[in-house]
Amino acid sequence: MGDVLVFAEHQGGHFPKTTLIAVNAGLELARKRSGKCIAVIMGAGADGAAAEIAKYGVSKVIVLEDSRLEHHLADAAAQALAALAKSTGAETVMATATAMGKDLMPRLAARLNAPMASEIIAINDDGTFVRPMYAGNALATIELDGPVRVVTVRGTAFDAAKPADDAAPIEKVAAVLDAATLKMEFVSFNEIKSDRPQLTEARIVVSGGRGLKSGENFKVVLEPLVDEMGAAMGASRAAVDAGFVPNDLQVGQTGKVVAPELYVAVGISGAIQHLAGMKDSKTIVAINKDEEAPIFSVADYGLVADLFKAVPEMVEAMKKIKH
Amino acid sequence: MKILVPVKRVPDPATTIRVLADGSGIATDNVKWVINPFDEIAIEEALRIKEKQGEGEVILISVGQQTWQEQLRTGLAMGADRAILVRSDTPLDTLAIARVIAKIASDEKPGIVMIGKQAIDDDSNQVGQMIAEILGWPQATFASKIEIAGEKCTVVREADGGLETIAFPLPAVITADLRLNEPRYASLPGIMKARKKPLADIAVASLGVDLTPKLKIKTLNAPAKRQAGRKVASVDELVELLHTEAKVI
Repeated sequence: MGDVLVFAEHQGGHFPKTTLIAVNAGLELARKRSGKCIAVIMGAGADGAAAEIAKYGVSKVIVLEDSRLEHHLADAAAQALAALAKSTGAETVMATATAMGKDLMPRLAARLNAPMASEIIAINDDGTFVRPMYAGNALATIELDGPVRVVTVRGTAFDAAKPADDAAPIEKVAAVLDAATLKMEFVSFNEIKSDRPQLTEARIVVSGGRGLKSGENFKVVLEPLVDEMGAAMGASRAAVDAGFVPNDLQVGQTGKVVAPELYVAVGISGAIQHLAGMKDSKTIVAINKDEEAPIFSVADYGLVADLFKAVPEMVEAMKKIKH
Repeated sequence: MKILVPVKRVPDPATTIRVLADGSGIATDNVKWVINPFDEIAIEEALRIKEKQGEGEVILISVGQQTWQEQLRTGLAMGADRAILVRSDTPLDTLAIARVIAKIASDEKPGIVMIGKQAIDDDSNQVGQMIAEILGWPQATFASKIEIAGEKCTVVREADGGLETIAFPLPAVITADLRLNEPRYASLPGIMKARKKPLADIAVASLGVDLTPKLKIKTLNAPAKRQAGRKVASVDELVELLHTEAKVI
């Protein structure tokens, strides 16, 4: 019996698409290992979240209760989740490779003395996993040994779970925490407020690179196109490095991995590290004045042009399409 | 304060990686080796903390082969005080590496283990968090700002959707993200001095740490290549094709 515990990350009771992706991967793994898929919820708003996730095909939802889990802190969360993994005898503990999943799961793995595969993109029938390495230039088949193992799932690699007919039962479990060993303290969260869709959920992503030349140009040149297309805004590492935009927007090997219906790369040369974060997009458009730019090697439609001329034109052309 | 900085030797990010035909690994001929870029940021931050405090010691540690000395020397040339190479001729998995570094940390008793958030070769993003758990220390991953006041440390972290601030007492493990700083280059006098700085060489087997591999890479495959599409002549043509052919707008 290879049961799977899925850490179901939520934001005050709301599930991002990335969590439903982990649930779906958990369901697939549980099927292949002849086990059950159990969702685990913790933190503020857990009760509402539990009722919601119970509808997505899992066998059970467990709510880990303790006021010290209200804000995510890796030391407390890893303790509580490890204790639950042991008491349920789960074979695999799974989460999406979000900032929170990446923070928590390796710590959990060490606590369970378990091996961990990061950002898997496929589950093989023999229980091995596939994950990218070297910025996606190699796909490794990974075998994890031992009675328990830890896995994070790449948010673009699986479909989101779909609502099922019946809701799973919800069980509340008091979290097992060793108070004397908890030393981390939440101070504040400075949310970047935006009316745009989230990068990892958007149907269209428009990203800017060093070619934009300044943060100001992101605002006055790129953002009108982003908004006209109803897109999320992304950026290359070079643009983040240069201080044009916050790191939260970074698409690539060391930032976010996205696979929208349409990805528009503006003034991005297309270093392999950037391609690692967007090359699975359905349709890719590149606008760059350098016709030799590597981004054109992955683009379905390439436009060799000065972006400062082409982007405003595209805003106008989009308006015509809509009307 | 002592700061321990784990350093990994990785292929230069500009290197084109080619998977060997038999799936056993990557081709390493013509690969230029460098310090993992995020570890470079960690070294820089450790040096800045030492400079600000006016005292302390920055110790580098690598778990790898003899050749990894090159990257340790580069880190010493940046300004680190000494280095430890824990020699392992076979590659270890992340959990074993974390145990080795935790063992060295429990001997050296640093105030901070400062490490890059992720190595750009295996992209695992695991070792820092594992070290923290093994030592029972707090962890601050994806740090973009670090403030230290006595034994208390406050870190601003890159979270999804914003910046999170957490606080904890030292000792702790901190993992460096991109915006923490811009690493310095080694100066010529730095390179000269680095030659004489202590570089200890320890055999991994002498540490008495459990190294049993639990993660096995069975094969490596090259991913399917995406085909390049076509060039369009104008914005109007582009938007037209997106609308009528790709049907995405």
